Amino acid sequence: MFTVIGERINTTLKKVQAAVAARDGDYIRDDVIKQTAAGATYIDVNAGARIGHEEEDMRWLLEVVQGATELPLCLDSPDPSILEMAYGLVEKRPMVNSISLEKDRFEPMIDYLKGKDCRIVALCMDDSGMPKTADDITSRAKTLIAELENIGFKRDDIFIDPLVQPISVDIGNGQMVMSAVRTIMTEMEGVHTTGGLSNISYGLPQRRVINRCFLAMMVAHGFDSAIMDPLDREAMEVVLTADMIAGNDDYCMRFIKATRSGAIGS
Amino acid sequence: MAEMNKITQTLMEGDGANLVTLVSEALEQGRAAADILNNDLIAGMDLIGEKMGSGEMFIPEVLMTAHAMGMAVEILKPHLGDDETSSAGKIVIGTVKGDLHDIGKNLVVMMLESAGFEVIDLGVDVEPEIFVEAIKKNKPDILGLSALLTTTMPMLKKTVELVISAGVKNGLKIMIGGAPVSQAFADEIGVDGYAPDAGSASKLAKAMLA
Repeated sequence: MFTVIGERINTTLKKVQAAVAARDGDYIRDDVIKQTAAGATYIDVNAGARIGHEEEDMRWLLEVVQGATELPLCLDSPDPSILEMAYGLVEKRPMVNSISLEKDRFEPMIDYLKGKDCRIVALCMDDSGMPKTADDITSRAKTLIAELENIGFKRDDIFIDPLVQPISVDIGNGQMVMSAVRTIMTEMEGVHTTGGLSNISYGLPQRRVINRCFLAMMVAHGFDSAIMDPLDREAMEVVLTADMIAGNDDYCMRFIKATRSGAIGS
Repeated sequence: MAEMNKITQTLMEGDGANLVTLVSEALEQGRAAADILNNDLIAGMDLIGEKMGSGEMFIPEVLMTAHAMGMAVEILKPHLGDDETSSAGKIVIGTVKGDLHDIGKNLVVMMLESAGFEVIDLGVDVEPEIFVEAIKKNKPDILGLSALLTTTMPMLKKTVELVISAGVKNGLKIMIGGAPVSQAFADEIGVDGYAPDAGSASKLAKAMLA
């Protein structure tokens, strides 16, 4: 089943930042309730934008968000000390966002993850920068999977982010990431692939049309999770429909139920 | 300009082959290379930068025009005197330490070069000390800093602080950019300018040195 990581509780978003600064719990609760109703699987919580306030903001957000949903959380920070604090405060088994192969990030994160009971987002980034070929993506993914398996992670708990790059600057960027996802999902059976998709349309008009089409194409290549806005109704329609067509919805039941509940169609 | 010059128009269409023909013809007809470069081509790139900033032109179109511009400049180069190739200004640019993003920065470099600036690109993940060394060595008019992550925004501040404490700020202008960066942040860390996109960056650089 497709894993939707709801991205809306992020302090880089102006309204969220204002709500967090003002400790406006109603705003946050209302948003989380909507994401839950719309079909999110995880609620991502990022408190990093108010520099110097991440710890107190994260602490407050975790309490408010967990008061509004039964869903597990995706703890989003590059700082292991923040993640350590957050891990101690979550009620359900969380996802952690994220580890990468950048040296300054990899080692502290591996130390942090040892012995933790959680799922993990792993970015195909290393010190040489963004991946330049599909092989870059798959080889980085394989290294990350091996390192995480080494400290006891199961493949089902690993979510590889292949890092989507804009087609406006290189028309091959779509094909690169799609073929890498296909390779990862077949050669590393059992892992998941996830990530934000909207980078694909950077620098082009009609971004939402591109993003939606790309989401469907990625699902066709095996992509089985996304960090996205669950309140984007059209994108959620694409998720349910593409996942069904890809053969992941037995007897088409989720699709049919979603049409009956009004989540799909007008 | 009553009507857009044909060379400028062809540049804006990104038609490199046709542009090369037109530029060659203009040279044969006796127009000075510097005149073509400044009044037809660089002026055209300025216009393209503006249209990019206002959302009328998109990145792939701008890339095409920059490619065409490069082809035209190759034709002009042998006809330009040494003093005529002198640049609009010198810029040292890079993405700050801890940040590996280069797409936006590369677009800025491209627009600056097309606008006639000499650009020294230090790449990504650049230590503050490396910026300082590059300033000492190259004596640029402008320093351009990029950060694409909320976690690397503080590095903009650190880099600027080191540039000041190392005593190389003097007349040097500093401009910043990147997705999470804003004019408010630029004001907060006391730099000379902020640009939201590559087209605006080249306009800002020109305004800074005007």
